[in-house]
Amino acid sequence: MTTTVSRVQGAEAGARAETIAVWQAQVRIRVLAKGSGPALVYFHGPWGLTWDPFLDELARDFTVHAPEHPGTTPDAPDDAYKLDGLWDLVLCYEELLDALGLERAVLVGHSFGAMVACELAAAYPRRARGLALIDPIGLWRETAPIVNWMMLNPADLPAHIFNEPNGEAARRMLGAPDDQDPAARLRLMWAMGATGKFIWPLPDKGLRKRIHRVKAPTLLLWGRDDRLVPPSYADEFARRIPGARVQMVERAGHAPHLERPEPVARMLREFLTGVT
Amino acid sequence: MKISAFHLMPHRELPSDFEQRYESVWVTPPWWELADATRVGQYYNWTLDELLYAARAGFDGVCTNEHHQNAYGFMPSPNLMGSVLAKLTNGSDVAIVQMGATLPTSNPPIRVAEEYAMLDCISGGRLVAGLPLGSPMDVNLCYGITPLEHRERYREAFALTLKAWQAREIFAWNGRYTQLANVNLWPRPIQRPHPPVWVPGSGSISTFDFAVEHDVCYCFLSYSGARSAKSMMDGYWRVVADRGREPNPYRAGFLQLVAVAENDAQAEAKYARHVEYFYHKCLHVPSPWFAPPGNQDYRSLAASLANPVRRAENPKTLRYRDFVEKGYVIAGSPATVRQRLEEEVIKSLRVGNLMVLLQIGSMPHELALENIDLFAREVLPHLRRTWDDEGWVNHWWPERLRGAKGSAAAITSVAAGGA
Repeated sequence: MTTTVSRVQGAEAGARAETIAVWQAQVRIRVLAKGSGPALVYFHGPWGLTWDPFLDELARDFTVHAPEHPGTTPDAPDDAYKLDGLWDLVLCYEELLDALGLERAVLVGHSFGAMVACELAAAYPRRARGLALIDPIGLWRETAPIVNWMMLNPADLPAHIFNEPNGEAARRMLGAPDDQDPAARLRLMWAMGATGKFIWPLPDKGLRKRIHRVKAPTLLLWGRDDRLVPPSYADEFARRIPGARVQMVERAGHAPHLERPEPVARMLREFLTGVT
Repeated sequence: MKISAFHLMPHRELPSDFEQRYESVWVTPPWWELADATRVGQYYNWTLDELLYAARAGFDGVCTNEHHQNAYGFMPSPNLMGSVLAKLTNGSDVAIVQMGATLPTSNPPIRVAEEYAMLDCISGGRLVAGLPLGSPMDVNLCYGITPLEHRERYREAFALTLKAWQAREIFAWNGRYTQLANVNLWPRPIQRPHPPVWVPGSGSISTFDFAVEHDVCYCFLSYSGARSAKSMMDGYWRVVADRGREPNPYRAGFLQLVAVAENDAQAEAKYARHVEYFYHKCLHVPSPWFAPPGNQDYRSLAASLANPVRRAENPKTLRYRDFVEKGYVIAGSPATVRQRLEEEVIKSLRVGNLMVLLQIGSMPHELALENIDLFAREVLPHLRRTWDDEGWVNHWWPERLRGAKGSAAAITSVAAGGA
């Protein structure tokens, strides 16, 4: 394991960046970190990691560690090929927790990242102090198919992910509408490809067989207007995780933490107060 | 040079408002609204009859290909078609060009090696083994292969295929995607060390590199004609030169749409609506589906985003005369077609293995036969000796057919089955 510390681009957020190589140094993962207090690991969704107001909110009470999924770290795109499947990915993240010196941590994730957090909490129940899943994927219902965002025209992504497709949160994650910036488009497309590796063609890789192993107190947060992953999935998760709580976020789509950072962070803090 | 008849086996009777009513010709067109199995049986028989007609008329090869869940060209198993063609062309010098069965969607991929060996045995060593990556619509969207793994799976399966054909000893294959304890192919192909291999592509740099590295024939399957293919093919020949390979025109294949009539005006009268049907309906696919995230490797994706090969225009806005003018389709009198094929395609792109698509879109059976017949009589004989003066050997053609000059007389006379 090797680490490299560097500055974050657009570092107005003041986060620290550290690149950690796991998996026999074949997979380099940049981890953004900020704040103080109990450790919280945040796993981003399929469109790449951007430091955002939600993470700033969390950093007021927690030491937030936000790793980039393999392949999405700058200058390490081909590391995505070093993992064969979800099992490898979960093991990679367990190595990362060790590298960060975190025996236990609060695990938070969004979308694909929430599936990763849930898998990690199921594989290593004692390492998750608490679990917060924001519009997670990982289960499948015949009657409520999940939209495959990788088949959409990128220009149509904002309307699928966000309640306000022209809002600031959408712009922060996906760039300006009709963005012709090749670097931004490359980052977005590759992030979808690298994360898509673990969920193609349907985002059900057997979590339902493992989810009963989750022992951490769990909160499910769901945007009421999620057009990618229907909010009815909240019940699917809740009934499989004993004691899980569900909170709907009004006026939000698939990324409620980005569209409503303050109320979502508040819900999370209230939940975690009893946990940490 | 070698000239083969290519066929897609399209739906020939899509509704006139198809592209307005439906999302895509590929992956999601609703079968129950758009097709009828009995009628589709007729299409398959027409397709076979058209290819057999081409074989009898003097073409050097007949080509089939694999696609799934679409009305654009639906031979999900090209080898079923190929086996009919192999049997019914026995005794002739026509190559069975499978363009072909798709390795990443065959499980285990030695299935392709086995079926190709069968075809080579049935045809008496007349197989050309096309080994395509498969389109993203087929492989990723219809057959569920993860886009990021598509090329890796292909490369592994390609290596396994070549080894399975040639190995003298039984071997174990401990691959990333395929594990087999006893690879011992039955049958093996007649052609030694293995049938000639063609790798079709659509201009991606990594496929050029792959084709040159493995010394196979690279086939550019384009519907946009030679003019737009020129820079791609120049790029290919640069890679050939950089790798120190000889500039043998037979290491390049190209697919061209062709429509021949007595004169240019008659070509328009006969073929215009079928050409427009092809470009407006058969290619009606949402553009993101051609490149789902992860399908292109990072280097190719970065290159294409930084310098997008912008399609000059949306084909749906073009009409017959535009397609002809731009060379998407080479159409007109035999003289026009001969000249344009020779200058724009064969010489300009340096193509030794030409494939022509003569049944286009909604073109009915009788008109397809007419097009094939005119091409075979008035065009093909004039082009056949194009590269003879340079003296290259077509290493990518079945050895026993290399010297053949279109002697199709021996083909079994076939009752027009089902037609």
